[in-house]
Amino acid sequence: MPKRARITAFALLSSVALLTSACTGQSSSGADDDASKETTINFWHAWSADSEVKAVKTLVAGFEKAHPNIHVNVVGNMTDDKINQALRAGGSKAPDVISSFTTNAVGKFCSSGALVDLNPFFEKAGIDPDKTFPAAMNEYTQFDGDRCSVPLLGDAYGLYYNKTAFEKAGISAPPKTWSEFESDAKKLTIPQGDGFKQLGFMPNYHGWETTTEHYLGQFSPTYFDKSGKSTIATDPAVADAFTVQKKLVDALGGYRKLETYRSKLGDEWGPKHPFHTGQVAMQLDGEWRLGMALEAKPGFEIGVAPLPVPDDQADQYGKGYITGTIAGIAATSKKQNAAWELVKYITTDTDAVVGFSNAIHNVPSTLAALKSPKLEYDPRFKTFLDIAANPDSTTAPSSVNGGVYLTTIQELGYAYESGKVTDLDKGLADAARQIDTDIAQAK
Amino acid sequence: MSTLTLASKRRRSALRTLAFMSPWLIGFAVFFAYPLISTVYFSFMHYDGFRPPTWSGTQNWTYVFEHYPFFWPALRNTLWLVVVMVSLRVVFGLGIGLLITKIKTGTGVFRTLFYLPYLAPPVAATMAFAFLLNPGTGPVNSILEKVGIPAPGWFNDPTWSKPALTLLALWGIGDLMVIFMAALLDVPQEQYEAAELDGASAWQRFRYVTLPNISPIVMFAVVTGVIQTMQYYTQPLIAGKVASGVIQGAGTQFEPGYPDKSTLTLPQLVYNLGFQRFDYGSACVVALVLFALSMAFTAFLMRRRGGLIQAGD
Repeated sequence: MPKRARITAFALLSSVALLTSACTGQSSSGADDDASKETTINFWHAWSADSEVKAVKTLVAGFEKAHPNIHVNVVGNMTDDKINQALRAGGSKAPDVISSFTTNAVGKFCSSGALVDLNPFFEKAGIDPDKTFPAAMNEYTQFDGDRCSVPLLGDAYGLYYNKTAFEKAGISAPPKTWSEFESDAKKLTIPQGDGFKQLGFMPNYHGWETTTEHYLGQFSPTYFDKSGKSTIATDPAVADAFTVQKKLVDALGGYRKLETYRSKLGDEWGPKHPFHTGQVAMQLDGEWRLGMALEAKPGFEIGVAPLPVPDDQADQYGKGYITGTIAGIAATSKKQNAAWELVKYITTDTDAVVGFSNAIHNVPSTLAALKSPKLEYDPRFKTFLDIAANPDSTTAPSSVNGGVYLTTIQELGYAYESGKVTDLDKGLADAARQIDTDIAQAK
Repeated sequence: MSTLTLASKRRRSALRTLAFMSPWLIGFAVFFAYPLISTVYFSFMHYDGFRPPTWSGTQNWTYVFEHYPFFWPALRNTLWLVVVMVSLRVVFGLGIGLLITKIKTGTGVFRTLFYLPYLAPPVAATMAFAFLLNPGTGPVNSILEKVGIPAPGWFNDPTWSKPALTLLALWGIGDLMVIFMAALLDVPQEQYEAAELDGASAWQRFRYVTLPNISPIVMFAVVTGVIQTMQYYTQPLIAGKVASGVIQGAGTQFEPGYPDKSTLTLPQLVYNLGFQRFDYGSACVVALVLFALSMAFTAFLMRRRGGLIQAGD
């Protein structure tokens, strides 16, 4: 290569390397600001409904009243994509505090250093997270000992059931084990033509909230061993969950018939949800369904209970799957002490958490708030408060690549329920290998 | 002295040329060359958008081709759409264009009727199609059942989901129809008259007069169709979401191409890898595969175009 060409090529490659590396975000410590001085911080959140935005404003107003020197610039309706870009870019308009609905991203936020580790802040404030937050929420807000997020209200999953249909079918109480559940689901199913007049339960993984991770929550799987390797092929709880679901699918008419019936039903977020209309007698769902179902004014009485547990875990009846919203402090923030004051207030101040929970009807995320007499709720909502406080309740652990492992499990679930995969052990072994490969790629 | 003046003039002339070309050169460098070089560069880097990129060699390439479970299904789907959907769109667009240029009355009405669907926003159009083709409640299947034709599962059946997307693409044929109409009206009438005098049939007139005259437009339609299909994102994503009943949003898992990955396309993988997994390196690999495929299809078609014109001559 001629000398001039070599120089040109070198210059070009150097420019490209400089330009591309200049685009990368750099974490910097911003915890040396004085939180007692006059300052303004940016708070980005994802809530978008008018009532939710109003509730966030009220929450922040309470903080500003308690901390008159810290002003909060609240920005709502921020999707994860926008939050991720801002966390990467930093700058004066970027958020100091973020909140996201995606608990699955915690592993990524922690391992990449996008959000700061809050352990030193908790220690300095004399707050013990283990004694402050419910166990499952405590788990999904940290990764590998790095607590880069805090729970900001939560979601608990339980069983909704049509009490009127139960009475007609001669069922006196909600099922406590999966065996009872299958028996009740069959009793509640009334066939009609090629479909159903009433389906006891929609077991398919596309049945709105009947996802693999929500089923699995009732079986308390481990997901990973201490070295971070997937245990789904070796933990019998996972195979048990897949087997129970497949048995339900087969018992209630088979995958194809159920999928065809599902395609005729209303959508998850509309008033024509099949539980509201009485087309499905039992529904696995989050605490928010109660308000939505009551608003739809169904022609039957709604019952709420914890989801069933495996027959050999009957003593753990009352547990459930937990997830929720998280809050954290951007590593690029230059006002981390002031940001911590906001995070501490909105996530650990009992009255603030209770007020916010009352306003947006999510489950409170501290143990103290869960017991607060100031909580306002329909008596049936108590089931979800108990599930959230239950130490046996579970969640999906954080992973370095977010929820990719859950997608892999979900894909196996689709293949197994439809009959595309028949050898479950092999399917689980393949999925475990895929999960390990994906994690290695992300590290 | 005269040599120096000449050299100076040449240099000045070259600079002037460059100055006139500079808007294009800057645009090319900023919007094409730099992104392309960056994409190649990042495909060999481990980069999550937060930490500085680090060299990873061919790891991203190996991961995408050997371990990423959605790559091959998405590639197969994309190629199916390129071959079937693009071909049918060109044939259908040309057919409608021919039909409207032939009819004597109501041309404006038909032209408007066929063009209007193209103006429908892709999200709204896809949702409307998902409603029409709903296997349980959609009017299309109700009609098919009434006339005794077995009703397909459309967007809920992996066998029928891509044909359903093709139907949606054919419904929005207005863009190609207008282009083909303009080309068809440009074909010299005397050539048709000469062919008729020679006793050419309608098919022969189309094959040996119409087609060679409009071949550049056919080529344009095919090449742009291939490139658009390589970027096909919104319609398959929305169709899959509506049919599955799962809304992709904050806190939900990646839902790859319901049903059974049949609506998964390569651009969806770029989004999944880049903006959900933050694995920009692997996302760049998929983007480069798309680029290479687009280039290969375009080069192949450009070569074939020579043959098409020759056959018509």
